[in-house]
Amino acid sequence: MNNTREGAIKGGIGRSTGGYDVSNDNKSWYLRGLRDGVPIMLGYLAVSFTLGIAARNSGLTWFQAGLASFLNNASAGEYAGFTVIREDAGYIAMIAMIFIANARYLLMSCALSQKISPETGLIPRMIIGFEVTDEIFGVSMAVPGMLNPWYSYGVITGALPGWAVGTALGVIMGNALPAQLTSALSVGLFGMFMAVIIPPAKKSRVLAAIIAISMAASLALYFIPPFSTWSSGMRIILLTVVISGAAATLFPVKEEEHEP
Amino acid sequence: MSRNIYVYIFIMFAVTYLIRELPLTLIRKPIKSRWIRSFLYYVPYVTLAVMTVPDILFATSSVWSGLLALIAGVALAWSGHSLFTVAVLSCAVVFVSEFFL
Repeated sequence: MNNTREGAIKGGIGRSTGGYDVSNDNKSWYLRGLRDGVPIMLGYLAVSFTLGIAARNSGLTWFQAGLASFLNNASAGEYAGFTVIREDAGYIAMIAMIFIANARYLLMSCALSQKISPETGLIPRMIIGFEVTDEIFGVSMAVPGMLNPWYSYGVITGALPGWAVGTALGVIMGNALPAQLTSALSVGLFGMFMAVIIPPAKKSRVLAAIIAISMAASLALYFIPPFSTWSSGMRIILLTVVISGAAATLFPVKEEEHEP
Repeated sequence: MSRNIYVYIFIMFAVTYLIRELPLTLIRKPIKSRWIRSFLYYVPYVTLAVMTVPDILFATSSVWSGLLALIAGVALAWSGHSLFTVAVLSCAVVFVSEFFL
């Protein structure tokens, strides 16, 4: 599976799997998590800045955008949510939109549930579930053996501030920056999206074709009535359901492709 | 804005959290249906692709700088650059090209 904020932890995974000391208590697991969380936090800080600019364009204040990021920790999902807010498309549209945009976390959490020891209680599971991002999922799955919840607490403590602070800064600084710079920074998020979806497409013609069809269809529906009168959020949901559904029917994936 | 922005934010949080949390607490076994697994596999690619186009064309001051950013982003990602590099260089393409547009 692809990673939406993958770049942030390219180095992080390597560091996390090497050099573990032998002690296995909760404190050392927490510190290991913290160590892996800090590079993720730095990546988040940079990337979430462009998300803040998108939030600003949707009319959110720095507090609202920071709060949304603190609670959501999702790039594509938040961007989709800000689109719904900008268009004031309604609460039902928001539910559908967030579900579609974040559906991949369902898969990740399913995989992660296999990594958690059956003795792990409800509270640790609820905390781990708060921050299943692409990167944190990545480092958590890279941990040898079962996942100690304290490792997750460490990663969360280390990484979480970056995303919320970066988003809030994007809103604040976005207002102060020259128009040409804001214009430039507003494509950063899209650059990130492409960095996620394009590399796996190199290995799969089916995936490459699906991405090309998705882009072409999305552009077409933007101009073709009645879809052109819909909110972009509704078009995204329609296209995602129809194209993914058709792809799943025509090209069901082999089992090993489901694992990251 | 007729609806409350904080209600929107709370819905974003609630749906996102439930998506992440429910499998961890309720589903102890992997999803068996091959179709659902395949569907979930394709979803992120399609969603991110349709969120990028056409929005990237209208995000910048000019459609042309947006188009250049799209082309640059795809090319850079294809040639294996990191997420951070692709994001930053896409921005640079827009910034530089808008001196000439």
